[in-house]
Amino acid sequence: MSRKPEEGLMISPIRDGTVIDHIPPGEAFHVLRILGITGTTAECLSVATNVESKLSGCKDIVKISNRELKKEEVDRIALIAPKATINIIRNFRVADKLSVHIPKRLEGVIKCPNPGCISNSDEPIPSKFMVENGTLRCHYCDNVITRDIVNYII
Amino acid sequence: MHHIISIKDFGREDIDSLLDKAEEIRNKGIYKRTLEGKLAAMLFFEPSTRTRMSFTSALNRLGGVAITVDSVEGSSISKGETLSDTIRVVSSYADVIILRHPKEGAARMASEFSSVPVINAGDGAGQHPSQTLLDLYTIRENMPLDGIDVGLLGDLRYGRTAHSLACALTNYDAVLHTIAPPGLEMPESLMNDMRKKGLEIIEHDNLESAVKELDVLYATRIQRERFPDSASFSSIANSYRITPEILEDVRDNLILMHPLPRAGEIDPAVDNLPYAKYFRQAENGIPVRMAMLEETIL
Repeated sequence: MSRKPEEGLMISPIRDGTVIDHIPPGEAFHVLRILGITGTTAECLSVATNVESKLSGCKDIVKISNRELKKEEVDRIALIAPKATINIIRNFRVADKLSVHIPKRLEGVIKCPNPGCISNSDEPIPSKFMVENGTLRCHYCDNVITRDIVNYII
Repeated sequence: MHHIISIKDFGREDIDSLLDKAEEIRNKGIYKRTLEGKLAAMLFFEPSTRTRMSFTSALNRLGGVAITVDSVEGSSISKGETLSDTIRVVSSYADVIILRHPKEGAARMASEFSSVPVINAGDGAGQHPSQTLLDLYTIRENMPLDGIDVGLLGDLRYGRTAHSLACALTNYDAVLHTIAPPGLEMPESLMNDMRKKGLEIIEHDNLESAVKELDVLYATRIQRERFPDSASFSSIANSYRITPEILEDVRDNLILMHPLPRAGEIDPAVDNLPYAKYFRQAENGIPVRMAMLEETIL
């Protein structure tokens, strides 16, 4: 007979760092990509996907040891995880709670899907998007991304 | 510093004031040499005949001088220099940069690196504000911009002049009529944007009936390369061709416009009818570009 695992058993608590909770199921790795945390960076990570949640049925959780995310970093994930909550952990205790807010501008996060856009050339500029009602408009070429935003994460 | 990058950056007051300035310049007849001693760097990374010539003409008429590179080959650009570096350097040589570039958004980026104003003379499939301003000037020469029915005909999917004109009309109380071949209709996202700004848009599938409801018919080129074969191109192109017969029973005040060059969309027999304004439209590029140069440099 299988026993339902409890959340606490799946990911151990962290001493210091950041816990991102209430990520939509399946989006944890996209969240990490947006935050620039890849397999080649130094952070110690715990990732749980499809964890049972009383609130939403199912969710993903990410725990990042020894790194406190800044507000502007956190806001970048708002497009794919608008209900995420961020707990800053110090000495095993929640020292601060942040919620995500959709920023007005995104820089260097999303690649413009328009191959003719100047931001897709060798110029020394980051991609820039304006966020308008859940859609993204390229600052340079005006191209609008209305869906599948995760496909364009740099 | 005042750049001219996109018609979307213009509100109604900005458009009206620039068109007033152009009208004032034209009405004077004799041009003041307001730009005496001023230099304009013409950076054209794409071929252009009329835009380049009319900017040069407008500049010379105001006493300014154009500095230019003859071609991209042999210049630092062919050695792999980025546009941002070119702009940084060239902006120290001139009082304004007039830029045409194949990449969309090139002028916007250039304005972020330039120490002098940048005028966008066309960036790929993106913006071409001087064309839109001279289009509006031509309409306003014939009728007020409010309370009119404007029809856009031709390739409305890719045609940048049609898109920009439609965007500019959201500042006025105009009704937009679209007449496009199947597959070349105006993108839904663009139409939604404009509807949100309050522009009424009526889509038509037949030129003959639509033209009777219009005060302005703005035709654009239907490009052969958009079609799988020349037979399907010919049949579509013919059904969207403006002939004297199509123009029977239209409104008396109708004006017919085209950004040129035309490729068979307008029968030459239409040229002598009072509706034809496309050559006047091209001529209007001079006072409008003179106004743009004064606006940015002075």
